[in-house]
Amino acid sequence: MNSRIYRCARLAAALLAISGSAVAAEMPSPEQMWQIIQQQQREIEALKEGQKENAEKVEAAADVAEQSQNTAAGAASWTENTQIGGYGELHYNNLDSKKEIDFHRFVLFFGHQFTDRLRFWSELELEHAVSGDDQNGEIELEQAYIEYDLTANQHVKAGLFLLPVGILNETHEPPTFYGVERNPVERNIIPTTWWAGGAALNGEIAPGWSYDLGVHEGLKTSAGSNYAVRSGRQKTSEADANDLAGTGRIKWTGVAGVQLAATVQYQSDVTQGEDPDAGHAWLFETHAEIQRGPYGLRALYARWDLDGSGPKSVGADEQEGFYIEPSYRITPKWGVFARYNEWDNQAGNDDFDSEKKQVNAGVNFWPHPDVVLKADVQQQDNEGNSKNDNGWNLGVGYQF
Amino acid sequence: MPIQTQCGAHSRPVFRHLAGQLFHMLSKLLLLLIPALLCTTLLAEAVYQEPDDFLSETFSGKVPKPDVIWLSGERKQFVTQLLGHRYSSLRVRYWRQNQRSAWVLEEIGKDLPITIGLVINDGSLEQIKVLVFRESRGWEIRHPFFTDQFKSARLDKDNMLDRNIDGISGATLSVRAMEKMTTLALFLDAELRKQDVAPSP
Repeated sequence: MNSRIYRCARLAAALLAISGSAVAAEMPSPEQMWQIIQQQQREIEALKEGQKENAEKVEAAADVAEQSQNTAAGAASWTENTQIGGYGELHYNNLDSKKEIDFHRFVLFFGHQFTDRLRFWSELELEHAVSGDDQNGEIELEQAYIEYDLTANQHVKAGLFLLPVGILNETHEPPTFYGVERNPVERNIIPTTWWAGGAALNGEIAPGWSYDLGVHEGLKTSAGSNYAVRSGRQKTSEADANDLAGTGRIKWTGVAGVQLAATVQYQSDVTQGEDPDAGHAWLFETHAEIQRGPYGLRALYARWDLDGSGPKSVGADEQEGFYIEPSYRITPKWGVFARYNEWDNQAGNDDFDSEKKQVNAGVNFWPHPDVVLKADVQQQDNEGNSKNDNGWNLGVGYQF
Repeated sequence: MPIQTQCGAHSRPVFRHLAGQLFHMLSKLLLLLIPALLCTTLLAEAVYQEPDDFLSETFSGKVPKPDVIWLSGERKQFVTQLLGHRYSSLRVRYWRQNQRSAWVLEEIGKDLPITIGLVINDGSLEQIKVLVFRESRGWEIRHPFFTDQFKSARLDKDNMLDRNIDGISGATLSVRAMEKMTTLALFLDAELRKQDVAPSP
């Protein structure tokens, strides 16, 4: 047994010696290896050069592609300089006064940039889905103006524009506010949405400070509507321009998430001279809008003072209201709010109490930052002859 | 007291009369002023800092050679999802020196593009600056009280900004554009750093 193992070991050793000398014989010499390395180096250099050329070709191709993209955009400069946007909202109201579904607003924006400094902006709105004779809705032109940049921070505009007053009057796309319906204070006192034809300046006067100053058509209210300011909007539709109005606003946004603003407006005659018992009027409005992290707060106060014995006789010489609305963003998609509203369009009458109070509370859900689903409840506590209108509302809205 | 009441009652119409006169004067002034202003040729640009000056300031006058990062594959997919539309070109230019990279990006706020300069240092936002603002609303986004919120911002594991940014009322879309551009610069900088090869020993 041992002799067999010994023989095997000798055989293996002999085979290893033979194969080792064979491998040694196949190994290139140092000179050959140097030649191989040099050859490989030349190939690497050639590959690098080729890669560089390819990269340059790709860059050149991309330049051409981007240039042709820009040329195409230049050729289609009309479309490139024209913007289309819009917003809309559907409401379901389940209130004491009504149970209805209404596509309340369908709005389209059209804008066009003539030059870097000269532009056009417009807003066309269809309210309540159908307009025409004996229909509920109407088509309204709410904005259509030409704006020109005097400097980087100073602008002038002429045409039909939203007046710079309140929180919702200029920014009222549904995803930007809580509550299915717009709040009753801005609706009845300011009165939102309020637009007028005229000319205005706006700009920045210091970091965080901006102003608006405009001259525009005035209100035209009447004794028949108890001089309620909302009834006096002329909507720039062959508007009586005997007595113009002027609006000035100062706004501070010096801290991120905070806006404080105050507006003063002078109406030279709220009936455009048709009622000798009425005359000029002043509007004062101030508000705060705060959004710090998940916490939000909106608060607004507005007051009208109407001159003349006519408004005084029905208490409309003073019309005022306020609301306060805390909110909390639970997640980026979910937010809750509560709002207390109080307003009176005949606050100057000592003989009877016409004050209205309303509490709202609800939730907003944003599946996308530009799309919102809303739900809220409303509870009224009105004085005088006004019936309370309690219930709940659902809504869906969008902007683009 | 009755005298005070009389004075008060008397002064109110006088005040209103004066205010009315002032209003008429202002109205006329404004109506005269607007055509005059429209004719003016002394117009300032809405350029707060030229991109070249921004780069020169960022790199103390020694601006490195620009390079590009291509938007393709998953990178393109992420950018498209972030912006809500395709990026306007096939690649994004950047300037890089060691761990600092500078980016000049554009994004539309409401209607027009805003040009924003950003500097990323080792994955964290060092500086953000509005270079050109073309919109007529929302110019507040260029002020330090707003841009300071972005300083030292990083991306979290979901490639989102690691902080909440308080907005500006009436400038929601401009604010959103700033957030998107910050996220984009941080994301592309991270992509560059992924490509970095450790130097040979």
